[in-house]
Amino acid sequence: MPRTFTPKVVTANRLLEGDAVWLTANGHWSPRMDDAELITDAGTAELRLLDAETQAHLVVGAYLADARPDAAGPAPTHFRESFRTRGPSNYAHGKQERDHV
Amino acid sequence: MYKYTDFDEAFVRERVAQLRAQVERRIDGSLTEDEFKPLRLMNGLYLQLHAYMLRVAVPYGTLNSAQMDRLAHLAETYDKGYGHFTTRQNIQFNWPELRRVPDMLSDLADVGMHSIQTSGNTIRNVTADHFAGAAADEIADPRPVAELLRQWSTDHPEFQFLPRKFKIAITGSPNDRAVIKSHDIGLRIVEQDGVRGYEVIVGGGLGPTPMIGKVINDFLPEAHLLPYVEAIVSVWNQIGRRDNKFKARIKITVHEHGIDEIRRRVDARFAEILPGFSGVDQQILRSIEAQFAPPAFKTADTRGYEAARLANPAFRSWSDTNLTPHRAEGYAIVSISLKKHGATPGDATAEQMRVMADLARRFSHDELRISHEQNVILPHVHRDDLPQVYAALRDADLATANIGLASDIIACPGMDYCALATARSIPIAQEIATRVDALKIEHDLGHLKIKISGCINACGHHHVGHIGILGLDRAGVENYQITLGGDHTETAAVGERAGPGFSATEIVPAIERLMLGYLDLRETEKETFLQAYRRLGPAPFKAVLYPETARKEARNAA
Repeated sequence: MPRTFTPKVVTANRLLEGDAVWLTANGHWSPRMDDAELITDAGTAELRLLDAETQAHLVVGAYLADARPDAAGPAPTHFRESFRTRGPSNYAHGKQERDHV
Repeated sequence: MYKYTDFDEAFVRERVAQLRAQVERRIDGSLTEDEFKPLRLMNGLYLQLHAYMLRVAVPYGTLNSAQMDRLAHLAETYDKGYGHFTTRQNIQFNWPELRRVPDMLSDLADVGMHSIQTSGNTIRNVTADHFAGAAADEIADPRPVAELLRQWSTDHPEFQFLPRKFKIAITGSPNDRAVIKSHDIGLRIVEQDGVRGYEVIVGGGLGPTPMIGKVINDFLPEAHLLPYVEAIVSVWNQIGRRDNKFKARIKITVHEHGIDEIRRRVDARFAEILPGFSGVDQQILRSIEAQFAPPAFKTADTRGYEAARLANPAFRSWSDTNLTPHRAEGYAIVSISLKKHGATPGDATAEQMRVMADLARRFSHDELRISHEQNVILPHVHRDDLPQVYAALRDADLATANIGLASDIIACPGMDYCALATARSIPIAQEIATRVDALKIEHDLGHLKIKISGCINACGHHHVGHIGILGLDRAGVENYQITLGGDHTETAAVGERAGPGFSATEIVPAIERLMLGYLDLRETEKETFLQAYRRLGPAPFKAVLYPETARKEARNAA
C-alpha cells in the first residue's frame, strides 16, 4: 500500500526582497500562505516543484512544505513554517507588520 | 586604531564593485542561484527565514565613532532601524534588499569596513579580547597581531576553499575574555623571562561536538606567529576531512590524529615555509603597532565621580556592575549593556548607536569595542566623566546595570531569523531576563552566565555557559536542553547535559528553579553558581531541575 501523502505547498523566498512566498494554483507567488495551492498527491507536488525551480528570476530555494487545509486556505503544520507566515517574535516586523497596517 | 592603506581601500572597493556586478548578473538571469550563492556568501550575504541578512565584520571588535555612526546609517537606511551584534564581534542587518546590498558595502568601505569572509569556508573575522588595549591585566594589546592576521587571511589564495570555516581568537591577558579555547586557533600573548611570545591553542570548538582546544605550542617566539599559524591552517587544509561536513573542523582533525601528530606535521610544515617569510610580515606588524599606540590619557581628579556615587544610588549600582579596572590611572572601562530586561540580546537601534558613537567621541578617545557577549564597550573613560556618560546612556535606555549577571544573556538569533535554527532563542532570553528582574534576585545571584543557542551549531555558546540552553526541534515542537557547569574563560569547560529537555513553556520555570536552587545550595554568598556546581557536582542541581524524578528516586530508596 502506498504511503499516505501529507498535503504540501510550494514555498520559497523572493529573489529581490527575500521574503517568504507561496506558489498559488495559477502559478503566481503570493506573500500569503493561505493563497497557496494545497497539493494532495506526490506526482503533482513533484511537477509543481520543478515548475518553481524554473522561476529562478523570481524566487530562491523553492521547496515543498507540509501543510493542512484550513478555512482560509493552506495552513502550516510545523512551527518553522508558521514563523515564515508571520515574521520574528521579538518585533512586529516582516509579514505581521504589513498585516497590522 | 588601524587606518586603511591605499591598498586596503582599493581592495575593498574592488570587492564592492565585483559584488555589484554579480548582483546585477543574478537579477538579469546571467547567474544561477547555484553560481551566485558562493559569491554572496564570500561577502557575508545570507538568505534567512524572512529576508536577506548581511553580516559585517568588526575586526577584533574595535570600532571608532565614525564607523559606529555608519552602522547607524545602515540600520536606518537599509534596515528597520536596528542591528544585531553577534558572538563573533560582527553586526548583522536582518532586512536588506538584494539590490541595495552593494550600496551598503560601499557605505561601509567609506569608513574602512567590509563583510569579506564573514561566511564560507574561509578564515573568518579574527576576534579579540574586548578590553584589548585597556585592561589592567594585559601583557600586550593583541589587536596589532589581529590586524596582521586579518590582512594575511583576507583573500589568502591558499585558504579560500578550506574544508570548513576557520576561526581565530586572540587575547593579551591571562584572564581569557575572548573564549580562545573554543576557537580553531586560540592565541594568548605570554611572557617568559621578560621575553614575549604566544601560547598557541588548537582544535577548540563548539557546535555538535564541543571540544576544548589543546596547547600545540606553549611558547612561540613573537616573530614566528604568522608562519606558524599558516603552517597550522596549511596542515589542516591538506588532511582535514572533506568527506563529512560534521567532521571537517580542525577540532576533529586534532582529535583523530592526536595533538602530538598534528604538532609534528605543523613543525615540519613550519620549517618548510619559514624561509619564505622574509621578515616583511614583521615590518608590517611594526607599522600596525604604531597605529595602536595608546591614546594620550588625561590626568584629572575623581572627586566628581566619588560624589556622584554617593549622591545617586542608581549610578552607584551601575558603576559597581558595568565598570572594569583600566590600566591607566583614573580611567575605567565601561561596558554598555545591550541586555535591557526583556529586550533582544545584542540589538541596538540606530539612535542608540549614534549615542554610543557620540560618547566614544567625547569621552573614550574615539574608541568602541563589541564584545562576544553582545555588549558594547567604551574602553577608555576617565572616572571624572562617568556621571555624564551614565546620564547619556540612561537617556538612551542603555544604562542597564547587569554586566556579568543572570540577565546578561548571550542568545543567537535563533528561529526568529536564522534559516539553520531548530528553535527560537530570543524569546527565551527575554523571558528569563524579565523573570530575573521581577524576582529581584539578580544581584543576589551574582556572577552567572546563561547562554542560549537555537541549534547545535552553538552560535550562542551554550556549551560554555554556566547554564547553557540548546533549542531543538523534537517531533515538531520546540524543546530546550539544559547543560550545566560550562566555562568560557581560561579555565574553560564544556557543560554537562542535565537531563531531558523542556518545552518552550517549561524552560523558564526550570531556569528559575535552578537559580533559586543555587541560592539554597551555595555555601556562602561569595560562592558563585559555577563554584557551587564544581564543589557539589550535578546531582543537587538535577534534583531541583527535575523534582518529580528526585521524589521518585527518594521513594524507591526508602
